[in-house]
Amino acid sequence: MTTLKKSLGLRAALLSLLIFAAIVGLWQIAAQPPAASGPAVDPEYAKLVGAAAATGAKSAMPTPADIGVTIWKHLMDPFYVKGTNDKGIGIQLAYSLGRVLLGFGLAALFAVPLGFLIGMSPLVYRALDPFIQILKPVSPLAWMPLALYTIKDSAISSIFVIFICSVWPMLINTAFGVASVRREWLNVARTLEVGPFRTAFKVILPAAAPTIMTGMRISIGIAWLVIVAAEMLVGGTGIGYFVWNEWNNLSIANIVTAILLIGVVGLLLDQGLARLTKLVTYPE
Amino acid sequence: MDRPLQRPLISVEGLARRFGDSNQPAVFENIWFGIDRGEFVCLIGHSGCGKTTILNVLAGLDQPSDGAVIVDNREIDGPSLDRAVIFQGHALLPWLSVMGNIAFAVSSRWPSWDRAKVQDHARKFIELVGLKGAEAKKPSQLSGGMKQRVGIARALSIQPKMLLMDEPFSALDALTRGMLQDEVLRICADTNQTVFMITHDVDEAILLADKIVLMTNGPGAKIAEIVVNTMPRNERHRNDLHRHPQYYAIRNHLVEFLVNRSKAFDQEIADGSYDPRRLKLVKPGLAAVNPPAEVVPLRHTL
Repeated sequence: MTTLKKSLGLRAALLSLLIFAAIVGLWQIAAQPPAASGPAVDPEYAKLVGAAAATGAKSAMPTPADIGVTIWKHLMDPFYVKGTNDKGIGIQLAYSLGRVLLGFGLAALFAVPLGFLIGMSPLVYRALDPFIQILKPVSPLAWMPLALYTIKDSAISSIFVIFICSVWPMLINTAFGVASVRREWLNVARTLEVGPFRTAFKVILPAAAPTIMTGMRISIGIAWLVIVAAEMLVGGTGIGYFVWNEWNNLSIANIVTAILLIGVVGLLLDQGLARLTKLVTYPE
Repeated sequence: MDRPLQRPLISVEGLARRFGDSNQPAVFENIWFGIDRGEFVCLIGHSGCGKTTILNVLAGLDQPSDGAVIVDNREIDGPSLDRAVIFQGHALLPWLSVMGNIAFAVSSRWPSWDRAKVQDHARKFIELVGLKGAEAKKPSQLSGGMKQRVGIARALSIQPKMLLMDEPFSALDALTRGMLQDEVLRICADTNQTVFMITHDVDEAILLADKIVLMTNGPGAKIAEIVVNTMPRNERHRNDLHRHPQYYAIRNHLVEFLVNRSKAFDQEIADGSYDPRRLKLVKPGLAAVNPPAEVVPLRHTL
């Protein structure tokens, strides 16, 4: 009887494992080569995907076991460099992370002070609102050609694209957080004759910090989504370029590996900011 | 009554407040009264008559549409550390501890003090309101009464010339309210603090106040009269307040005002005897002994 009364967490973990096993099992079955030999194939196609896959003797789709082997191979040697188009997946992830953190950091430096200003001044809010409303829904990739033309550097252009997509959630959340600081807290500062800078740092910033951090969490999520697409466009380095390159190599196993690693890194980024958000959150 | 001919510590002169454009009727107008040093003055009236607005003007948080408030012979033009406010909803900064909240006020008052000196000073006031041991707690870990104590400690810690309290105990249960009233009474007696407090609790006003300012209903609210609490401070105790010979006379007078006269005051003064600058000082507690309602000018100069 006690085994049935396991904690919810344990039961959930068990269910997760079961679902995982089911997916892997179905995948394994689906990726098995068909029993009968397939019809004759276009020799060009056979050259592309390999003779075994083209004739149907072996699917181009790797089995979970293949993926496991590939992941293991990547994890054992993540930082090798064997030429411009053959770098370890760790290096590629590091390039992408670097761009995301740089673009995100620049966006924070820009958006938080400007958000403060917008939140404090109804005039600035109204003046900037049309710009924000129009630019916010634009896909960050739409900026790419403009960035490439003006900046003339693909690496910096992708950082700019990260910057532009990270700016909006932080800007809007900072402005909202600052504008909705409780009046009575501001009145406390006023009755204590606290100067504007001390009020900004000691009252408004801590009061708005949870909202600002929520904006940052949304931003980093979007930035991590966008970097893959941006790197597919600009090429050269990065996990997005890696995925595109492996598509050209038709190495599905490498692509799946990259997908899983992108997911894990995204999770870590999100959890990291969730931690930071928790640090500045205050119960009322 | 040999008082020096000078303004009281606080002098409210011809105050009016309109919201919206100037055609709108004033919430209150032609408000004149004074508060002497060391005096505890309560303002009572119904919701909507502008009590909180008057307090905010005194605090410097709101601007009057007309008139002025003179403190120490200077017109106030903004908030000041000399006038500490105890807010209705305690208004503690939730991300700071008890010590942090009070230290924030202390270091605002004395920016040159170092950390140790600020904390020593803050600790004295935490002890004064009986919160020793709770210094590191966050407001969310405190009960409503304890939060309000922190608010009181914060206000007292900056050693203001006067305290402004906006229904400070209205959100508390009766037991806690009573305990805090006793403490405020004790602290004010010890420090000879000047206090202006808004309340709608008649008993609270009788327990705490030396003078009770009665405000009529808005719009166009005015001060009807000022009731002098003739029960001496040392005879006011919460537990046997109702046994004091003057208690019911004062209480009935206040309740009668709130229930009937606050609505119909305009008819009452139809004879033209009302002068907002020379308010009647009434002493219902002495009504049995003295003839009723002598006219005493509130303001001694001008």
